[in-house]
Amino acid sequence: MTAAQPAIEFSDVGQVFRTASGALEALRGVDLSIGRHEFVAVLGPSGCGKSTLLRLTSGLIRPTSGVVSVFGLPVAEPRDDIGIVFQKPTLLPWANVEDNVVFPVRHKTGRVTPEDRANARIIIEKVGLAGFEARLPAELSGGMQQRVGIARALFMNPDILLMDEPFSALDALTREEMGFELLRIWEAQPKTVMFITHSISEAVLLADRVLVMSERPGHIVENLVIDLPRPRGIETSNQKAMHDYVGHLRGLLLKRAA
Amino acid sequence: MTMSDTSAVSSSSAPPEAAMPGRSWSAWFVQTPGVLPAATFVAIILVWEASCRLFEIPSFVLPAPTRILGGFDAVSTGRWAEHVWATLRVALIGYVLSIAISLPIAIILARSEILSRAVYPILVVVQSTPVVAIAPIIIVALGSGDLPRVVITCLITFFPLVVSTTTGLMATPPELIELSRSLRAPVIREITQIRLPFAIPYIFSALKISVTLAVIGAVVAEFVAADKGLGYFIQFSTSMFQVQQAWAGLIVLVLLSLVLFQAVTAVQRIWFPWSLPTERA
Ligand SMILES: Nc1ncnc2c1ncn2[C@@H]1O[C@H](COP(=O)(O)OP(=O)(O)O)[C@@H](O)[C@H]1O
Ligand SMILES: [Mg+2]
Repeated sequence: MTAAQPAIEFSDVGQVFRTASGALEALRGVDLSIGRHEFVAVLGPSGCGKSTLLRLTSGLIRPTSGVVSVFGLPVAEPRDDIGIVFQKPTLLPWANVEDNVVFPVRHKTGRVTPEDRANARIIIEKVGLAGFEARLPAELSGGMQQRVGIARALFMNPDILLMDEPFSALDALTREEMGFELLRIWEAQPKTVMFITHSISEAVLLADRVLVMSERPGHIVENLVIDLPRPRGIETSNQKAMHDYVGHLRGLLLKRAA
Repeated sequence: MTMSDTSAVSSSSAPPEAAMPGRSWSAWFVQTPGVLPAATFVAIILVWEASCRLFEIPSFVLPAPTRILGGFDAVSTGRWAEHVWATLRVALIGYVLSIAISLPIAIILARSEILSRAVYPILVVVQSTPVVAIAPIIIVALGSGDLPRVVITCLITFFPLVVSTTTGLMATPPELIELSRSLRAPVIREITQIRLPFAIPYIFSALKISVTLAVIGAVVAEFVAADKGLGYFIQFSTSMFQVQQAWAGLIVLVLLSLVLFQAVTAVQRIWFPWSLPTERA
């Protein structure tokens, strides 16, 4: 694996779904490349194929045309080095926080070792839930539930983290707080992150680079490098450069929507 | 409601409870769980007893509650126990067997759309067949003994279990199925660790319906052919014009159903508390 080799690469990827009402072209001619440990946000109108992009990367589906590669190899099936965070936390309601976090290993191998549990407790602490290990999801707020969702994705120590609008169900303040926490985790333990969001400011605030997708059939129409200093925090939101990026992206999305 | 309204208006005066001394009793009556239905029940019994005496209703039409109490003495406690056990045994064996059959069927139906399309119409046909009508045929085919009765009980209980469990298995959040597939976990663990637990609330709502249906199944079977059991006892009593006795049997039957229903509810509350609907506000 060379340093220059991208973590995720799409070349001329198309995705057509067969539905009851005929063929539905979700993606057409998607080209993108995400470097190792890069944090890339993807913006786009709903239904343009953002989640499809994630599913293709994770190997849950295969492209109908083109090639999706991860670490230089075409994706043929789901890989162990990819973690997924969904829009809704979708935890197991009968399992406490710790059992939810170790669930991937229990599900994959059928058993959980004491080391797995020790590992889980470290990650639970990292996402700010120390002391809540024995709580059930129903006893947690939406933000805390999503922290468990993130901990579950981090548990298998993936090289790539795929996040599908992970904070969109949260209130504005919690959302911002969670974004900064995600950055702290990512900075402490760098990973390649593909972060889908509806929020322009969230994309700019978190990412190294923002990709903008067109409406369906989706493809990449803008590739904007966000050159803001790290570590980022509340101060970042007040910088003029941040406003320029947000303004540029908003103009682009509005023009396309018009 | 009105209480808090009052306190909002006259916040400087006496506390609202003290302002309305007469309210607390009626509030207790209405709000304490169980009191209202219990009172309604007692009232019905009283009206029933009074009407029977007042209008001199013949006891074969409607025996007074006090006469029904007498009906309990018609047979010994030991005989009662035998009847209860005969019905309970068939109901429980049929119920457990029905669960054992319906879970795998539900798993197959939920997994395969083709099989589901093939099998579902047959299930609907079976369900549409009146059990009372098919019971004599089954008894003739399978002879006397517990087997035909258990089969009849199964027939009546398994449909709600299959339908509800299948629905529950399909209602799993798609994200968790994707998580399972992204982990390349074996399908059996997708079923045991994700789909079945998520179906628990659906399974229990069917288990509650089916347990009372199981009692009905056992009684229907006893109506056709039996020498023991509460269904047999009721039929035997009416044929002898001992209507108060039949009523006593009916009451025992109702209590049996209630106890079984509550037992299933308790199992859910104790072992699957997370599956209960969240508390009403
Ligand atoms: N498995 C599927 N079968 C059929 N159509 C699908 C499937 N998955 C997604 N689609 C369709 O593809 C389009 C893009 O979906 P998606 O990637 O979920 O969009 P986004 O995440 O950007 O909102 C939508 O029109 C959606 O209905
Ligand atoms: Mg989506």
